[in-house]
Amino acid sequence: MSRDRIIQVERDILGKNERLAGDNRARFRADGVLAFNLVSSPGAGKTSLLVRAVVELKDSFPIGVIEGDQQTSNDAERIRATGVPAIQVNTGKGCHLDAAMVGAAYDRLPHLNGGVLFIENVGNLVCPAGFDLGEACKIVVFSTAEGEDKPLKYPDMFAASSLMLINKIDLLPVLSFDLARTIEFARRVNPQIEVLTVSARTGEGFAAFYAWIRKQSEKMKPVDMATAG
Amino acid sequence: MHEMALCEGIIGIVEEEARKHSFSRVKVVFLEIGALSHAAPEAMTFCFEAVAARTVARGARLEIVETPAIAWCVACSTSIEIRHRYGPCPSCGSHQLQVTGGEEMRVKELEVD
Repeated sequence: MSRDRIIQVERDILGKNERLAGDNRARFRADGVLAFNLVSSPGAGKTSLLVRAVVELKDSFPIGVIEGDQQTSNDAERIRATGVPAIQVNTGKGCHLDAAMVGAAYDRLPHLNGGVLFIENVGNLVCPAGFDLGEACKIVVFSTAEGEDKPLKYPDMFAASSLMLINKIDLLPVLSFDLARTIEFARRVNPQIEVLTVSARTGEGFAAFYAWIRKQSEKMKPVDMATAG
Repeated sequence: MHEMALCEGIIGIVEEEARKHSFSRVKVVFLEIGALSHAAPEAMTFCFEAVAARTVARGARLEIVETPAIAWCVACSTSIEIRHRYGPCPSCGSHQLQVTGGEEMRVKELEVD
């Protein structure tokens, strides 16, 4: 006689990560920290973009950076050279940051109360889409040196992001990149996605990016006041 | 390959269930994987074998039920089945779609002894 039995489970495979992401989100909210998860393929210019942004914003509010890479602490060193605190997370063989890694890295950053936390994910347009880190939203960085159809090839990432930053816009005159087509493809995948064009090299478009960050922080304010009682 | 991390998640769930229901061996793990989810079924099967070794799920078989991708078409005000995240709606051609199903990745049940 068989002793086999069926056990009903009905549990999300990513349930543990989602719980930990919820904990992170609650901590960020309690500290009044606006957290962004920056995602892109390798080489789109996330770190260069962050270096410029933290230099230009660090006198306005506290900023911290969590850098995710499989190996090396090169990116965190580039951020620290600006005087902004940065924690490097090496994922080893892992292809994405998860909520536990971000929670542990946040513990090691100085207090950022009322400030902004930039989390630079591992350069990969696939895996990081599925792992919530507790961020307010994802920002996908896409460069004019890439193919216009990337939003269609990697739809999960563009669907999960609130803002698409099109970087290396200064290269537009020498490339055959079709900006309008890229935006049209991104909106097919995510009709709500906001789009800004920037150049981390020249600084073009960054004023609009900072205005977007301030708009996100205003959206957060009623919650701050509620938690402050 | 994030399927490795997903399989570690499955094993974590199976081990918790093993403590709760006192079983020592799992024969089949039934999963529900949405057509728009972040998991490729073939890669899941491949990674699961590696991750399950030396756990209560060693040698267990993965049974994957793929659930369809469903979206709400804003233009038609109706629920439709889609093939890709970027649509379009098969009846009106619109891309104004809100995905309502097909993103799930769940452990449904376990056959144990």
